[in-house]
Amino acid sequence: MTHLAYIVPAYVSALVIPAWLAGEAWLRLRRARARLLALEGGRRR
Amino acid sequence: MLGAMEVVSPTAPPRGARGLHRFANPGRFLRLAGRALPWVSAIGLVLVALGLVWGLFFAPADWQQGDAVRIMYVHVPAAWLASAGYMALACASAVALVWRHPLADLAAVEIAPVGAGFTAICLVTGSLWGKPMWGAFWVWDARLTSVLVLFFLYLGHIALTRAFDSPERGYRAGAILALVGVVNLPIIKFSVDWWNTLHQPASITLTGAPTMYVGMLWPLLFTALGASFIFAALVLARLSAAVMERRIRALLAARAEGT
Repeated sequence: MTHLAYIVPAYVSALVIPAWLAGEAWLRLRRARARLLALEGGRRR
Repeated sequence: MLGAMEVVSPTAPPRGARGLHRFANPGRFLRLAGRALPWVSAIGLVLVALGLVWGLFFAPADWQQGDAVRIMYVHVPAAWLASAGYMALACASAVALVWRHPLADLAAVEIAPVGAGFTAICLVTGSLWGKPMWGAFWVWDARLTSVLVLFFLYLGHIALTRAFDSPERGYRAGAILALVGVVNLPIIKFSVDWWNTLHQPASITLTGAPTMYVGMLWPLLFTALGASFIFAALVLARLSAAVMERRIRALLAARAEGT
C-alpha cells in the first residue's frame, strides 16, 4: 500500500477524536446519573 | 379549528412549535434518548467499521492518487458532518431564540464540540491528503480557508456560551453567533465553483449522477451514514448529560433556598 505514512495518521485522527468525545460524554452521563440519583433519592427520603 | 375542549393559555407555545414542545419535557426526552442511544451507537459503529474495512482493504486504489485516495473515506464524511452539524447548531439556535424551546439551547451547546471535533478531523485528514497530492499540508485555498473559518465559528460558539455568569445570556449570544455564521455554509459549498481552487469540485451531488467509480462510492456512503449515526449518538449522549446536569443545578438551588 502506498502513502501509508499519511493514511495511518489520517485514520488514527478519525478514530481518536470521536473516541475521545464518546469517552467524555459517557463519563458525564455516568457522573450526572449518579449525582441525580443521590439527590432525588435524598429528597424522597 | 380548535376543538371545544382545547384551552390555549397565553403562555402556550405557538402552533408550529407544539410538535417540538412535546419533547421539551426532560423526563420524556431522557426516556426516549436512553432507548435510542444504544441502537444509534451500534448502527453507527457497524456501518463505519464496514465502510472503513471496505475502503481500506477492498476498494481499488486511484490511478492518479494511488492509495492516498483511501483518506477520502474518513475525510469526506467528516467534511459533510462539519457542515451538517453547523446547520443543526443554527437550527437549534433559531428554535431557542424564536420559540424558547427549553432543550434547543442545550442542544446547540452540545452540538458545537461534536461539530468542532468532526471539523478538526476534516482539516487534519485533508492536510494529510494534501501533502502527497499538492506538495503542501496547507494552502490558503477558498475551500480550506472557509472550513477553517467554520472551525473557528464552532470554537467561538463554545467560548461564547461559557463566557457569561448567566448561562441564558451565554446561550443567547451563542445563538446569535451561530445564526450569523450560517453565511459561511454556502461559501464552503460553492467555493470550488466560485473561485479557482486547488480543491476539486464535488464528486457527489444531489441532482446529478456521481462522478466516482461505484467500487469507491459504496464504502464512502457506508462511512458517511455510519459517521452520521455516531454524530447523532454523541449529541444525544451529551444532551442527556446536560439535561441531567440542569436538573441537578435546579435541585441544588431549591435545596439552598429551603435551608
